[in-house]
Amino acid sequence: MEFEPKLVGFLCKWCSSAGADLAGVSRKSYPPNLVPITVNCSGRIDVNHIVRALKDGADGVLVSGCHPGDCHYTSGNYKTWRRVALLKHVLEDFGMNPDRVRLEWVSATEGEKFARTVEEFTDEIKELGPGPFSNAKE
Amino acid sequence: MPKNKKKIGAYWASSCGGCDVALLGLHEKILDLLDFADIAFWPAATDFKYEDLKGYGKNELDLTFFNGGIRTTENEEIAELLREKSELLVAYGTCAHQGGIPGLANMSEEVDLFDTVYKGTPTSTNPENIFPQESTKKDGQTLNLPGLQERVRSLDRVVDVDYTVPGCPPPPDLTEDFLDLLVKGALPEKGSVVAGTKSVCDECSREWNRETIDELVRPQETEIDPDKCLLDQGIICMGPVTRSGCDGSCPEANMPCKGCFGPPPEVEDQGTEMLNSLASVLQLGEEGQALEQEKELLSDLPDPIGTFYTFSLSNSILGGKVSEGGENDRT
Repeated sequence: MEFEPKLVGFLCKWCSSAGADLAGVSRKSYPPNLVPITVNCSGRIDVNHIVRALKDGADGVLVSGCHPGDCHYTSGNYKTWRRVALLKHVLEDFGMNPDRVRLEWVSATEGEKFARTVEEFTDEIKELGPGPFSNAKE
Repeated sequence: MPKNKKKIGAYWASSCGGCDVALLGLHEKILDLLDFADIAFWPAATDFKYEDLKGYGKNELDLTFFNGGIRTTENEEIAELLREKSELLVAYGTCAHQGGIPGLANMSEEVDLFDTVYKGTPTSTNPENIFPQESTKKDGQTLNLPGLQERVRSLDRVVDVDYTVPGCPPPPDLTEDFLDLLVKGALPEKGSVVAGTKSVCDECSREWNRETIDELVRPQETEIDPDKCLLDQGIICMGPVTRSGCDGSCPEANMPCKGCFGPPPEVEDQGTEMLNSLASVLQLGEEGQALEQEKELLSDLPDPIGTFYTFSLSNSILGGKVSEGGENDRT
C-alpha cells in the first residue's frame, strides 16, 4: 500500500480557513490527507502545537495565515513567520527534516491556492516518507 | 533526643556532585536537621553501602533526596530500590527533575559519546582504542560495570516521585524551606514542585519596557545594563519560560537565566515556549517590513538546542535526537 501521509493544518479563521471553505464550495479537489484545525489567528499557533502534532504522529504540519499586511489582528502572521523560521532551524538540529513544517499565506479568495498547497504538500511529504513518529500505516 | 527520630537518605545518580554540596551548603542548619533525623544513607558524605540499603525494610527511610538523572543501569536499579525503601522520594535538583545538562547527551549516540570522552578530547590519548566494557575478563576474573542506557531520563520517568526541589543546584533557602515544611508536617500535595508557581520574570527586579529587539547578542559581547530587562537588550534570557523560586539570582548577578528550575506549571516544553517568546520580541524595523532578514537572523542562531534546552532536553517533547526513517523513542 502506498504511504498516505497524515498532515495537520492550522488555519487562521479569517483568511486561510475561509480559503479552504472557498476551495470546497468551488468544488476544487485535493488530497484528503490534511486534517484542518481552525484557530483565530496564525499568531495563536504555538510552536508547541506544531511539535506536539509531529510527536503524536503527524508526518507534516501546514501553518497557514493571512498574507503580510492582511492580518485581522494586525501582526499575528509576522509572529508566526518568525516562529516557524526559528522552529525549522531547531527541528533541523534535532534531526528532523524542516520541510515537514510548511508556512503558506492563503487569503479568503484563494481557494485555488489552498487546494494546490495541500496537493503539493501531500506530494512533498510522500516523497520524504513517514515522519519520525508517524502514525500513518505503511 | 526526640522519640521516633526520622531517617533520611540522599543519593547521587547521573549528576556532577553539586547537589550533594548544596545539601552541605545548609551549613549550621544541617545540625537542626540532624536533631530531627538521622542520616541513614548518603554515599557522597557517609560510608553506607548498597547492602545496607538493601537491608532496610519497605519505607524505612522517611525521606530520600535523590539527585541526578537516570543514565546507567545502576542509576535505575538504585532509583527503584530507594523508591521501595523510602516513604517520600524527592527529586532534588535539575538532573533528577528534568534530566539536566547530562540530558544534552540525548543528542548523541553512545558510540559518539564514548569516542569523544575516551578518545576525542584534547587531553585523551587512547591509541589502543580502549573503551569501557560492561563485562571484562582478566586472569580468570570477570569485572562487570553498569551499562549505559540509550537515553538520559529524569527520575519521574523511572519511578514515582513525591516532591521536586528544582535548581542547579537548589539554592540553600529553597532546601531550608522544604525541610521546614517537612518538620512542621506541612508539605503540599504530593507531586508538587516545591518552588514558585510563576516565571523568573516575576521575581526579577529589572525594568521591562516591552521593547522589540533587532539583534541577538551574547553576554560576553556587550556591556550589560544592570537595570534593564536582558531580553530587551537582545540577550537570550530563559526567565519567561522558567519556574520562579530562585529570586532571579542569575539576572540579579547580571547574567541571563539559563532555565535550571525547569518550565513553570502548565508549560510542557521550555524550549518551544522560548521560541514563541523570542519570535514575539524580535523585529527588524517596522513590523512586517523585513521578514526575510528576520528569518535569516533566526535561522543563524548558533546552538539552538544547547540554548533553549540547556537543562530540559530529556523532558522536552522530542526528548533528544530524532531520526528520519529510523526508530525513535516515542515516550
